[in-house]
Amino acid sequence: MDIHEYQAKELLAQRGVPVPRGKVVYTPAEAAQAAIELGGELWAVKAQIHAGGRGKAGGVRLCKTPHEVSKVAEALLGTTLVTHQTGPEGKIVERLYIEAAEPFEREIYLGFVLDRKTQRIRIIASAQGGMEIEDIVKTHPEAVLQIEVEPAIGLLAFQARELAFGLGGLTLKQVQKFVTLTLGCYRTFRDLDASMTEINPLVVTREGQLIALDSKMSFDDNALFRHPELHEMHDPAQEDPREAQAHLHGLNYVGLAGDIGCIINGAGLAMATMDMIKYAGGEPANFLDVGGGASPERVAEAFRLVLSDPNVKAILVNIFAGINRCDWVAQGVVQAARELKVPLVVRLAGTNVEAGQKIIQESGLPIISADTLAEAAERAVAAAHGKTA
Amino acid sequence: MSILIDENTKVIVQGFTGDKATFHATEMIQYGTNVVGGVTPGKGGMKHLERPVFDTVRQAVESTGAEASLAFVPPPFAADALMEAAEAGLKLVCIITDGIPTQDMMRVKRYLLRYPKETRTLIVGPNCAGIISAGRAMLGIMPGHIYKRGHVGIVSRSGTLGYEAAAQMTALGIGVSTSVGIGGDPINGSSFLDHMALFERDPDTHAVVMIGEIGGPQEAEAAQWIKANMSKPVIGYVAGLTAPKGRRMGHAGAIISAEGDTAGEKAEIMKSYGLFVAPSASELGSTVAQALATL
Repeated sequence: MDIHEYQAKELLAQRGVPVPRGKVVYTPAEAAQAAIELGGELWAVKAQIHAGGRGKAGGVRLCKTPHEVSKVAEALLGTTLVTHQTGPEGKIVERLYIEAAEPFEREIYLGFVLDRKTQRIRIIASAQGGMEIEDIVKTHPEAVLQIEVEPAIGLLAFQARELAFGLGGLTLKQVQKFVTLTLGCYRTFRDLDASMTEINPLVVTREGQLIALDSKMSFDDNALFRHPELHEMHDPAQEDPREAQAHLHGLNYVGLAGDIGCIINGAGLAMATMDMIKYAGGEPANFLDVGGGASPERVAEAFRLVLSDPNVKAILVNIFAGINRCDWVAQGVVQAARELKVPLVVRLAGTNVEAGQKIIQESGLPIISADTLAEAAERAVAAAHGKTA
Repeated sequence: MSILIDENTKVIVQGFTGDKATFHATEMIQYGTNVVGGVTPGKGGMKHLERPVFDTVRQAVESTGAEASLAFVPPPFAADALMEAAEAGLKLVCIITDGIPTQDMMRVKRYLLRYPKETRTLIVGPNCAGIISAGRAMLGIMPGHIYKRGHVGIVSRSGTLGYEAAAQMTALGIGVSTSVGIGGDPINGSSFLDHMALFERDPDTHAVVMIGEIGGPQEAEAAQWIKANMSKPVIGYVAGLTAPKGRRMGHAGAIISAEGDTAGEKAEIMKSYGLFVAPSASELGSTVAQALATL
């Protein structure tokens, strides 16, 4: 689960990480009011979307008067912001964060990730702040400092100090501030089961303070059960509506550009089946994993989801049942197929396959059955192109 | 022979009395697995499926001599169950549970380092289909009838793709020694490499199929090890050629994040280390047949 910048800053501030003073607003009037309440002479108006690259896309603007803040807010609210991380469909701007802007002298990058290779939390820092870390790694690999955290011990002060001295140019007082800030970020990451935290940039102000000027945070969905405080930070407006709907029913759906709707059990088999469709000359319309224990209701929901994409010209159901049972799946397929307007190809294998195939055959519905993965893909592609294979 | 389990391996089921565990434990017993009991805290002293239930893994191990466990424990309690199994001295724990927090698995892996390598518990999973030694024993949720006894090992991240490989091989008359599902999570108990090493030492396994996915460094690491250490032919496949970059495809593990992570890149790495690479998932069986023909 991703959260907004202002929410990430709230969580970080609770654990001692200095952040700029700011207010979240939903209307231009609130924006102007926030600027007045925050005081000062310069404000940043920041579009709150779940994606990076906002600055370049015009989603972050500096304003010199509360009136200008309200004008910029009016221009941004309700628009769709397209950045290099949103995809072409972009993300809607429904909230703005108004911050008291302060001049700064230096930008630093600080990131926290779960490293699959070492199976530890990895901390990445670079003196080249304000840039994308991927670009920094490519252009200045020597400028990227990394440390790993021993999970049984946690982050130690000396490790953070090594990073601070490695970055260079910080006074001893600033090194201490960096250590406190990094430990605060680490605790936030660990305590809330984050999967990614990025402070970019971490700035050194003209007064010599260290402040987390921007922040992104994502959480491990599997751990949300133990963090009820994070549930209210969930913003469904930032998600693809079909993916959100799928999530509600325990399904995993990702919309794609093709015309063959896929309903498959297991992420690996789903990806392999999509590859097969492409191999057979077609294009998958989606990735959909019905998961284990696919009840007839869940299968019916999967059909609804796939059919909500108007581009779908044929549906391919591929179930290799282990924890699932083909007869359950077949019941769901038959229910859904009665109202179906596009061709349906079904391939069942594994647990209770005979019972499943019998249900399909006896339904009397025009379901195209396939025995193998290759047959299933070829028949689905042919059906989508209006032919029979 | 086989790896990890056979008909003599004494098995307990953690979370024994739950619905899913009961269903699959019954299937395992019917398949011939030597299930000697199970653990459900608070139900110690009961009988379930005509076998004793214990409150703790330690009690179960002491009174049955169990060596392996199948864990069907809900995600919030799974890490604890794994560490309990390790402390009780089980050699092998297979965990089916999907949805375990990543940091919990990190802790489990760290906890295991307290034991010397020779006695350390081997964890298979989580988020996997389990282990089957064809015709001998099953520690998982797979449809046992699709596996024919034979001499080809399978290691797969995806459960259903592992079934697909076995079914295609059976159709060609090729049997399986042991099939292992290592699971689709970002942090696995054991890796492709761990099982490759076991298959290399198993005289009954003549070739091994490795079925990977987009995301993570495991396939490339194993391919490199295979080139340097493995005398048996290995057949590779990587799912997710059409997966769009940067999108998540169900398994938390299947995230395209860095270079060498895409399906295409991994397949190329496998080829460069001398593996037989199946061009598509429907050619898993035929590629195994080709590899066996070289022996």
